[in-house]
Amino acid sequence: MHEVAVSSMRDPSTIVVEGVNWTVASGDYWVVAGLQGSGKSDLLMMTAGLMPPAHGDYRLFGEPMPIFVDSRLETRLRLGLVFESGQLFNHLTVWENIALPLRYHENWSKAESAAEVQRFLASMELEPWADSTPGAMARNWQKRVGLARALILQPDVLLVDNPLGGLDLRHLQWWMNFAEGLSRGHPLLYNRPLTLVITTADLRPWRGQKRSFATIRNKRLTVLGDWSQVEVGSSELVRELLMAETVRP
Amino acid sequence: MQKGNVSVFDTPQARFAFRMPLPPSLTHSVGRRLFRFLLTVQGLGAFALITLAVILTKFRVARHVVWPATRQQIARAGLNLLPMFLFISASLGLLVIGQSVAWLTRLGAINYLGTIMVIVVVRELGPLLTALLVLARIGTANVVELGTARALGEVEALEALAIDPVHYLVVPRVVGMAIGIFALTVYLILGALGSGYLWAFLQNVPLRPGEYFRQLTGALTGLDFALLALKTSAFGFIIAVITCYHGLAQPLRLEEVSYATVRAGAQSVIACVMVDALFIVIYLAA
Repeated sequence: MHEVAVSSMRDPSTIVVEGVNWTVASGDYWVVAGLQGSGKSDLLMMTAGLMPPAHGDYRLFGEPMPIFVDSRLETRLRLGLVFESGQLFNHLTVWENIALPLRYHENWSKAESAAEVQRFLASMELEPWADSTPGAMARNWQKRVGLARALILQPDVLLVDNPLGGLDLRHLQWWMNFAEGLSRGHPLLYNRPLTLVITTADLRPWRGQKRSFATIRNKRLTVLGDWSQVEVGSSELVRELLMAETVRP
Repeated sequence: MQKGNVSVFDTPQARFAFRMPLPPSLTHSVGRRLFRFLLTVQGLGAFALITLAVILTKFRVARHVVWPATRQQIARAGLNLLPMFLFISASLGLLVIGQSVAWLTRLGAINYLGTIMVIVVVRELGPLLTALLVLARIGTANVVELGTARALGEVEALEALAIDPVHYLVVPRVVGMAIGIFALTVYLILGALGSGYLWAFLQNVPLRPGEYFRQLTGALTGLDFALLALKTSAFGFIIAVITCYHGLAQPLRLEEVSYATVRAGAQSVIACVMVDALFIVIYLAA
């Protein structure tokens, strides 16, 4: 991204982040932190190609984004997005939600996609809900369905919007371990390392981890580097994000 | 994906025009209403053309997903409504025959019973009544479903998966409703013609079944069949496009879904009546 400005999804006339100069290399694991309403989700939506940048140049694998033409669909599908609340299709079952991208883009029948979907259901402990609609599940589990749906097309880059928000400790630990596995190379993706960009409003779970960190504040994305540089910088925002429980209302 | 297809409604200017309170001046008020009307026509026209283009260009794309969804919509807008339409067809036969037999007998024009049934049921009431009933049962449900999906971010989720929302959500509804309304109209007409004779028989009208059938076939022309198919398909296409447009093509919040439903219902009725008027002109000119 070069000098990119990001508009709000809700109000395209409002710029929420600007002057973004940021390069994500293959195999990177980025954590983008910011308080609620700072524009993390909008940055991720723009990165996923749901809207064009308000200004500047954004390229995915060298191709200008967003991509809406079928001829460049292959590049577009190398990127997956997990929404904060899952954003599942309520008229479909969990099985159908996960299978949809595969069946749509590969034109597979239910029978053809069954084995692949089963692999994801098992890996994410979602088998008991396979035939349920999303409304019958707790929010913690809905996020996993959203993750499975984003991964089933075997993307190279995964954007995850605030996956740890509102999770209990068990689910939080599962997500941390799973993201770690994806970054190193997970069997679900045939041990191919995945490039990850995860947003968060709470830096504590990532304390001390060897990741690349960035923060968003006052419409600016600031690249901090690894954890040691986060601690050295120790800005007011980082201090707030490290004691998120007491800061948030 | 067809993002930005109906962007004229996503601009701040358009939102401003739609939501700003009307000024007290009469000319401003009329002008603003006219502006809204033109914007709506433009948006609907663009959405209809996009839908047609997607139907034609993506006919074989993702057929394991889209074709079953289309079959489901055909059942929903057609087969599942059949019991209600059988009841309506019996009522329609009673209505037309019950009112007309007494007058035709008095005038000595009972030989025109079949002609009246063809004009009233086949050409006018059958298609229009079917369209309005399907609008009430399925069209409004379309707006609620799609509007809720839009408000809950499901459309963004489709776009994130590079799935064209028009192809996945609109095309099955448009095709399903066009076929559903055509099929239901045929059943409604057959039922009404049959029940019409039954009521005439119960009223001791001196009319044999063969004579009634001869009157019907004598009044029907090839143009009736062609225009019936065209008109009912057009009704289905129009209702599906308008209801999908109001549910899908504009950003909605949950509390706006009910207003969108009312708007879509009213516009569908107006559009169907206008198309029906156009077909009357074609009948008269033919």
